[in-house]
Amino acid sequence: MTQLNLVESINAALACEMARDDSVLLLGEDIGANGGVFRATNGLQARFGRARVIDTPLAEGGIAGVAVGMAAMGLRPVAEIQFTGFIYPTMDQMINHASRMRNRTRGRLSCPMVLRSPYGAGIHAPEHHSESPEALFAHMPGLRVVIPSAPARAYGLLLAAMRDPDPVVFLEPTRLYRLFKQDVEDDGESLPLDTCFLCREGRDATIVAWGAMIPEVMRAAEALESAGIDVEVIDVATIKPLDMETILRSVEKTGRCVIVHEAPRAVGVGAEIAAEIAERALYSLQAPVRRVTAYDVVTPLSRLEKQYIPSLERIVGAVRGLMEGT
Amino acid sequence: MGLHTLIDGRIELIRFLAPDGAPCEAAPLPVNDETLLHLYQAMTRTRMFDGKAIALQRTGQLGTFASALGQEAVGVGAAAAMEARDVLVPSYRDHGAQFLRGMTMTECLLYWGGDERGSDFERARGDFPNCVPVATQVPHAVGAAYAFALRKEDRVAVTFIGDGGTANGAFYEALNMAGVWSAPVVIIINNNGWAISTPRALESAAATLAQKGVAAGVACQQVDGNDVVAVYEAARRAIAKARSGEGPTLIEALTYRLGDHTTADDATRYRDPEIVQREWTREPVARLRAYLLGRGLWSKEQESGLLKQCAEEVESAVARYLATAPQSTDAMFDYLYEDAPQSLLAQRDIARRFAPK
Repeated sequence: MTQLNLVESINAALACEMARDDSVLLLGEDIGANGGVFRATNGLQARFGRARVIDTPLAEGGIAGVAVGMAAMGLRPVAEIQFTGFIYPTMDQMINHASRMRNRTRGRLSCPMVLRSPYGAGIHAPEHHSESPEALFAHMPGLRVVIPSAPARAYGLLLAAMRDPDPVVFLEPTRLYRLFKQDVEDDGESLPLDTCFLCREGRDATIVAWGAMIPEVMRAAEALESAGIDVEVIDVATIKPLDMETILRSVEKTGRCVIVHEAPRAVGVGAEIAAEIAERALYSLQAPVRRVTAYDVVTPLSRLEKQYIPSLERIVGAVRGLMEGT
Repeated sequence: MGLHTLIDGRIELIRFLAPDGAPCEAAPLPVNDETLLHLYQAMTRTRMFDGKAIALQRTGQLGTFASALGQEAVGVGAAAAMEARDVLVPSYRDHGAQFLRGMTMTECLLYWGGDERGSDFERARGDFPNCVPVATQVPHAVGAAYAFALRKEDRVAVTFIGDGGTANGAFYEALNMAGVWSAPVVIIINNNGWAISTPRALESAAATLAQKGVAAGVACQQVDGNDVVAVYEAARRAIAKARSGEGPTLIEALTYRLGDHTTADDATRYRDPEIVQREWTREPVARLRAYLLGRGLWSKEQESGLLKQCAEEVESAVARYLATAPQSTDAMFDYLYEDAPQSLLAQRDIARRFAPK
C-alpha cells in the first residue's frame, strides 16, 4: 500500500497497464520527456520508449483521430488532452467516429480508446483551462464518461477505462491532482464502470455529486451531521451510462436529493438525474429535488472562480432548505 | 546570410495514356496485359454499378448516393496496387476501390439504402467504413499505419480524400503526423474539380494540391487521375515505399466529376455544359478501352460480353439488396457498446413494444 495523490495514481495505473498489455500506448502533447504538464505520464517514456509514449504535434483533433485509427486496428491508445479548453477539437472525432465505430460496422471494428484530460476549476489556471464539459460528451450515444473523485478511485477506474472495449472520456479533476493522498494498492485491480459509489451512508437526504465536488460534499455532510442531519453521499463516477438504480435506491430511502455539480446548470447532468428521479421515484420524495451547480456563465478568470464553484455554504444551505421545507 | 533551397518548385505528374488512349511514350507501359484487362473490367463494373444505383435512387429504392462517374480510375488504380492485408480508409465516393477490396455490391447498396450491415464487410474485414464527415478519415489512416509500424506488420494504410477536403484542418493535422512518424500511409487526393459546387480555384490558392505535402515533409506528386495505368503505377510505387519503411506519400489524382456531387445535387446549376462535354473526351474508361482496342487486346465481342456479365452481377446484387429483410429495432441498441448498459436495455424494450409487427 502506497500513499499517492490523484495524479500519481493516474501515473501508476498507466504504468501498470502498459506493462501488462503491449497494445496500450500513450499519445499527447508534452507527455514524453516532460511527463505531461501535470506529470501524469512522468517517467513513462523512459520506461516504455518513444514508440509507446508519443509526444505528438500540437493538434488535438489529430490526436483523437489517429487514436481512432489505432484503436480500430487493435491498439489501446490513451490520448492526453492537455487542458479542457483544448478538448473541443476532439469532439468531431469522438462524436463522429470513436463513439460510432462499433455500431456502424455491426461490431466488425471497435474503438477501445481512452481520452484523458484534466478538467474543472479551482487551480487559478488561465482562461480556457477550467471548464467542465462532461455533459457535452455524456450526451453522445456510444461514449462512456468517467470522472474519479479520489486517488484510489482514479487508479481503479482508469484501469477499467483502459480495459473497456469501447471509447471512454476520462476527465480528471485538476483541483484534486495534488489536494490529498490516499492509500492506493498498485495491484492492477480495476474498479467497475457504470456504477455509482456510496461514499457515506445517511438517512435524511442524498447528495449526488462527482469529481472535485465529492470532497466538498463530504465536508458539507460533516457540517450537517453536527447539525443533526444525516446525509448519504453518492459519487456518480461514471457519468454516462448513469447508474440510476443506486441513486434511486438512496433517494427512496432518504426521500430527499440534492445534486451538486461544477458544470453549468442548464442541460447539465444534474438535470438528467433530476428528471429520472421525477419519473421513477417522485412519490418517495418528501421535498423537490434541488441542484447546486455552477452558474450558466462563462467560467470566470481565477479571481471569481471561488464564487463560481458550488461552495460548502451553498451545499449545506440546499440540504438545510430541503429539510426545513424552505 | 544564406539561402536554402528547400524545394525545387516542381511537382511530378505521371501519365502514360493520353486522353485518346495513345501511349504518351514509346516505352512499354509499366503493367502487363493481364493487369490492364483487370483494371478495365474493374472500372467497367464500377460504372455499371453507378448507373444502376442512380436509377434505384431515382425510383425511390435507394437513399442519397454519391456517384463515382468519371473518376473510376482513381479508386480502381489505387486499390489494384494494394495487397489484401493492407487497409483501405475510404471517403464516401470510393466504391470503385472498395469493390476491388472485396466489398460486395449488395453491401454498398445496403449502406446507401440505410442499413448498417452494409459496413459490416463480409470480406475486407479490416477496411474502414465510409467516412461522410470530410477529411476526418485521414487521421484514422495515419493511426492505422502507426499501429502497423509499431507491431512491425507488413501492412500499409491507403486513404482517399477529395480536393475540398484538403482545406480541412484534419487533413493538415494528419499529414503532419504522417510525416513526423514516417507512417506507412498513402494519402490520395481525388481531385475531381469540385467541392459540391465550389470549384477547385476557390478552394485553394496553391498551384497544386499535391504540394501541401511539402510543408509536412511528405513526398508528393500528381498523377493523371483519368489514366488508370498512371494511378496504379503511382500507388504501387508509394505503397512499396511505405512498405519498405520509407514513409508516407501524398498523391494528387487529377480527374473530373462527370456526375452530380450526389443524387441530391444538380450540377447544372453551377457548371458550364461545354466544359463537361470536353471532360467526357478525357474520361478513364473510354481511354483505356481505346488503348486496348488499338493494341488488339480487346474486341467488340469481349466488350459486349463484359457489359452483359457486369449487368448480371449488378442485377443479382440489387435483387439480394431488395430481398434483405430489415433489421429489428434491437439492431439500434445491440452494437452501440460491446455490453449494452442496463439503461439502454430498458430503452431497447420500449422500442420493441412500439416496433411494427
